[in-house]
Amino acid sequence: MLELKNVQTSYGNIQALQDVNLTIHAGEIVTLIGANGAGKSTTLMTISGIVPCRRGKILLKGQEIQALSPDKIVALGVCQVPEGRHIFADLTVRENLDLGAFLRTDKAGIKQDLEYVYSLFPILAERRHQSGGTLSGGQQQMLAMSRALMARPQLLLLDEPSMGLAPLVIKQIFEIIKAINKEHNTTIFLVEQNAHQALHIADRGYVIENGRIILADSADKLLNNPDVQKAYLGI
Amino acid sequence: MITVKEVKRSLLVSLWFVFLTFPLMVIKVNPYERTVSWRWSNMVYVAIGTFVISLLAKAWFVRKERRMARQQDSCHARIPIIQRILQRPGYRYPLAAFLLGAVLAFPHLFSTYQANIMTTALMYIVLGLGLNIVVGVAGLLDLGYVAFYAVGAYSYALLNLHFGLGFWTVLPVGGLLAALFGVLLGFPVLRLRGDYLAIVTLGFGEIIRLILENWNAFSKGPSGISNIPRPGFFGLEMSLDQAMIYMYYLMIGLLLVTIFVVNRLQDSRLGRAWLALREDEIACQAMGIDKTRTKLIAFSLGAFWAGLIGVIFAAKTTFVNPASFTFMESAIILSIVVLGGMGSIVGVILGALILVLLPEYLRALSEYRMLAFGAILVAMMIFKPEGLIANVRRIYCYQGRKSNTALKNDE
Ligand SMILES: Nc1ncnc2c1ncn2[C@@H]1O[C@H](COP(=O)(O)OP(=O)(O)O)[C@@H](O)[C@H]1O
Ligand SMILES: [Mg+2]
Repeated sequence: MLELKNVQTSYGNIQALQDVNLTIHAGEIVTLIGANGAGKSTTLMTISGIVPCRRGKILLKGQEIQALSPDKIVALGVCQVPEGRHIFADLTVRENLDLGAFLRTDKAGIKQDLEYVYSLFPILAERRHQSGGTLSGGQQQMLAMSRALMARPQLLLLDEPSMGLAPLVIKQIFEIIKAINKEHNTTIFLVEQNAHQALHIADRGYVIENGRIILADSADKLLNNPDVQKAYLGI
Repeated sequence: MITVKEVKRSLLVSLWFVFLTFPLMVIKVNPYERTVSWRWSNMVYVAIGTFVISLLAKAWFVRKERRMARQQDSCHARIPIIQRILQRPGYRYPLAAFLLGAVLAFPHLFSTYQANIMTTALMYIVLGLGLNIVVGVAGLLDLGYVAFYAVGAYSYALLNLHFGLGFWTVLPVGGLLAALFGVLLGFPVLRLRGDYLAIVTLGFGEIIRLILENWNAFSKGPSGISNIPRPGFFGLEMSLDQAMIYMYYLMIGLLLVTIFVVNRLQDSRLGRAWLALREDEIACQAMGIDKTRTKLIAFSLGAFWAGLIGVIFAAKTTFVNPASFTFMESAIILSIVVLGGMGSIVGVILGALILVLLPEYLRALSEYRMLAFGAILVAMMIFKPEGLIANVRRIYCYQGRKSNTALKNDE
């Protein structure tokens, strides 16, 4: 589905990604874990084209996308839920969701997907006329994910969906991520600091440190890897 | 309702004003006779006047706060009354018909002079609506809007001077040229936001004005271009009065078209994209909104209307020179948008009417005219900081499951 080959990204002189290689197969949940400032968000931003890729190739179903503008990449079926949610605070929940479907023209499909996200998160249906900024943190995360789903992506990029949420809400969110993957066969690339939860729902995982991928393995093996346990699982 | 503390505060305010205005209001020096007269009575007026006004303002705020507190749970009441009237079809159509009738009859009820002032006000309404797309809806602070207005005016003046083109031919050309300039300005400032964008657009406006002022061979410099023909009406000869009235109806027509288009735009996909862009650029990109295109369209559409009005301005005054396109114009148009309430069409219309008509009708106050005008503006911004008509789309709120559908029936 998605392949990164020797991807390098920099902000001015700061090189944030150095030769990142990773592969995501269709239908998988793949997680990228790493500490603060390791380059997780940068990886996602580079994939969606919001931050330009300095060197290397990004292939989506065999097609090079590293030089495309963000809107073209979304049109190809890649949608990102940015870190910190970035919902439209002054727009209503419903308007936020409509903007998720911005590039789509199939009215019936949009309506169907609207019903679908309302069924995933009934609270959003209840609050659909409330402005996004007045939702709680967990509800905002749900809104951000739903908005991305409204684009009906084939590949969903999630940037730290558990950030700043209560454990119970995190559990709910992760269950829904799993459900989205199962029910819609949506491929999911999940960036997390919450390594424990992420590895539990993921098929495979990558570990990033200072802009380099230092480990790649199946999620089970990473969970049992002593280095990972010490550095990211706090065991 | 009014406590001792508030009275004390008002006393302080009035003392402070007495102190501030003392040299101006009390001391009167006559340099010829070398005498100083002390007008103590003025001091008493200032003291009493400010004391009363300050108390009234305080009382108003207290009432407003109480009202806000009462309305915490019912958000319907927070929608401005005008908007509520407009939302009811039963009121909407009779009101619209009445307004249209009044507007159409206006030049016949009042003098041509009044119609002329009203034409100017209409021009500012359209300018305000154009800038509203850029500032109010898309959230791009543009301080050089007058540049596009100048482009329109000079395209008519110059195309007429050199090629003899008529008003109706140049009207779309002027608009399109201005739109082109909008794109030209848009490209370099795409990456800028807020203060930086404001500074660059401000510079752009000044550059256009300075070019017009100094490039004598092109624009005839500060002396400007005169004898620009008024718009024709199928080759009919018109007296000055008739031409004025014709101009008035022309502006009414253009205004109606503008309102229609702007209204449609705000509800369109593009309008949504502008709103989204104003709120969060990263989220926009993540949703697949083409940031570059959306911003450029906002700039060029805004500029297009300024260009149209520029052409009309040149035709109305039959004379253009760079002095008509100073930063002050941009500031006035921006004030119209802010004063009226960002993003609201009715607000912009009211804002323009107040900002253009008030100085005219305040002429009765002769030398205190601008003072009164300034005071009214300051008062409006204190009492209604969100503009005359706050944009209602922000005030939907959670009302529980049952009453949800009553708010907005979009499902
Ligand atoms: N806009 C930016 N400008 C400059 N440096 C940045 C920017 N965004 C991120 N960085 C730097 O890039 C590195 C990786 O950041 P990021 O991808 O946000 O890390 P993570 O998401 O893993 O916490 C950090 O060193 C950070 O300081
Ligand atoms: Mg991050």
